[in-house]
Formats: sequence, structure tokens, C-alpha cells
Amino acid sequence: MAQLVATLASTHHPFYLKATTMPPEQQMPQAPKWKRKIEAYRETLARTKPDILVMIGSDHFHQIFLDNCPQFLIGKAPRYDATFYNEEREFGIPKYVLEGDEEMSRFMHQHLMDQNFDFAFSNELKIDHSIICPIITVRPQNDLPVVPIYTNIFAPPLHSPKRFYELGRAIRKAIDDFPSDKRVAAIGTGHLSLELGGPRQFMETGPDPDFDRQAIEWLRAGDIDSILANVNHETMAKSGNATHGFLNFILMLGVAGPEGADYVDNLDLFHTMEAYFTWYPKEQAA
Amino acid sequence: MSKYYVNKFLFTVDRDPDYLKRYIEDPKSFVATWEQSIGPKLNDAERSTVHSLTDAERQALIDHDYVALFEMGAHFFLNLTMYIGIYDEPYLAKSGPLSFQREFAAKLQHWRDKDYPSVET
Repeated sequence: MAQLVATLASTHHPFYLKATTMPPEQQMPQAPKWKRKIEAYRETLARTKPDILVMIGSDHFHQIFLDNCPQFLIGKAPRYDATFYNEEREFGIPKYVLEGDEEMSRFMHQHLMDQNFDFAFSNELKIDHSIICPIITVRPQNDLPVVPIYTNIFAPPLHSPKRFYELGRAIRKAIDDFPSDKRVAAIGTGHLSLELGGPRQFMETGPDPDFDRQAIEWLRAGDIDSILANVNHETMAKSGNATHGFLNFILMLGVAGPEGADYVDNLDLFHTMEAYFTWYPKEQAA
Repeated sequence: MSKYYVNKFLFTVDRDPDYLKRYIEDPKSFVATWEQSIGPKLNDAERSTVHSLTDAERQALIDHDYVALFEMGAHFFLNLTMYIGIYDEPYLAKSGPLSFQREFAAKLQHWRDKDYPSVET
């Protein structure tokens, strides 16, 4: 059976590449520190020597729109183009092509259906920055096949935090049962408190620093009970209109299981708290 | 009111460099063109008869009035990314990084402690 070797959950900041590669005299003061933190985080993946990446993100109205909007979707394609024109324009993210793993996509799709998750699928999925940002940060050589999974954190009604956690557990089961000797890493991105297109956007901190600190502690401890007792759609909206990206962190805790994280780091940037978590399955902990 | 159709405007224009250019250069005539031939399009052969813009929605799009669009429940991501696409560069040149984004937020301060208009469609 396949072996899950690491679960990574992080924020995705589309300006990371631009912020850390522009001429040094134009960079923001935190850029060198940001880069060091990202490179340290990258190492938490590299040391596990993965063969395949299961990547969880959320399309930001790039391929998916309100005429046809799945809650959960899995890509099943031999490869995936990435980065849309408006992402190049706004964030300066280049185009990529990611290799797929159709066999694992097909297996996971069926397995997740068998576990009562009615996944939509796509045989021609163009990937956006929710999955390219972590390629840039934790696997910039882009040398591994991926199984992309999209969740709807954007177009209400959204599934509950509990459903996201359960989906994470189901994804873990599907990885564990994949008949292969491959080493699999699961990588998902989302947000802590975040405001976009509203009165609290682009402040000196994220819109709700208290939530950010609390969320980091919950994830550090793997405390799913506290998350489910305290986080719902209303509380997330109060913390910032795009805070629902936190649902992907809850999903990733489901993949890892309710355990303390092995690596935790964060960085307070203008307008958002960045956070980086890695869990290693206990049986493989060095 | 058609939040969906306003969102479809933002979605189709933000993702297309030619449409975006026309929307910047002559918003009134571009919005008219969009309603006539771009908005109804389902694919190259099929047209939809379902949605239309209200006068207020049309005017908000012509005026690049992102405050009105926010208040109508246009999706926050589409509303932000569209007008960043139009105004980020000129504001950057004039007033520095994030100056457009901060002005956008300042104009919405009266919503700060209220429940925002729902973006559900």
C-alpha cells in the first residue's frame, strides 16, 4: 500500500514569488525573513522524499464559475496546465505544467465516492494559484506528479467545518489504501483570517489577529474538538469575509489525524498572518 | 436583480485582456456590447435567455462603482480583482503599493461592524 509520508497545511500568498524575487532595493523589509521561513518549510517536505503529491486547494473563479459549481472536485488528467492570465497580471506568477497521476486520481475518486463523498471530476483542469503557490514554496522544481483536489470555500452555501474534517479523514483513508509502493505527501493551502474586497482588507495585520493566534494553537495541538466547537460559518465571516479558506486547514488536519503538528511556523505580514504546518505520520516519525 | 449576472460580467471581463481593455477605455459602450453579445453566451453556439442587468447594476458597472457592487452582493473576490486589474498600476505609480486597495477599503468603512451583504447567488 502507498505510504503517507507527510501532511502539509499552509496559507498561500500569491505575492510570495514577486515579493522575494524583485530587485532587493524594491523588496518589502520582511522579504528575506519570509524567504528563509519558506525555505525551512520546504525542507520539511524534501526530507520525506515523496513520489506523488495530493494537493488540496480551491479555485478562485478561474476554471470554476457559478454556472456549474462543485463542492468537491478531483482532477483526473495526465497533466495540468496552470496559472491564468489574470493571475499572471495581478501576481506575476508564471505558467506551469504539472504532471498528473491518472491511476491514483481514478483510485481516489472511486474510493471517495465509496466513502459517500460525491466528488465532481475534471479531465481537463487548469490549476490556479491555490495549488501553484505551494508548488512555488515547497516544491519549486515541480518534479512530481500531482493529484489535485478542489474544495468550494468561496461560493455559498459551503459545507460545514465537520464535513471538511471528515473529507480529510476520507482522503487519508484513500491514500492509505492506494495499492502502490509510492510515497505520498498531502499538501493543502487555505487562509487564516482574511478579508478581500471589504472594509478590513490590506490592513497592517490580518482582520482578526486573535483568531489567527488561536487557530495556530489549535492546529499546533491537533485540537479538532476545539475547532469544531468554536468555528462555524458565522464566526469565520466575523473574522474576515474570506476566512472560509480556514476550512482547508481543517481538512488537512483530517488528513493528518487529530495529532500535534511536528513543525509549526508563522509570519506576520501586512494584511495577513502566514502559517506553515507539517505533520509526520506517527509510525514514520524519525 | 441578478447577482449572478453581475458576477458573470466581472468573471468574463477580468479573465480576458481584450474585454478588460475595452472596459477600461469606454465602459458605457463596452457594457452595452457585453449585454448584447457576451453576457448571454453559453458557448459558441448557444445563448441564454435567462438573465439581465437591472438599471442600477448596469450603472454601477459603467461607473466602475465597486462600493455599489459590494452593496449589491457582488462576489468580493471578483469585485476586488477586476478593479485591481484596472486601478492598481496607476495608483501604484502615483501613491505607492496597495494605495488602491486601501482606498477601496476606506470607501467601505461604513460596513465595518455590520454583516456584509450576502454574496450567495
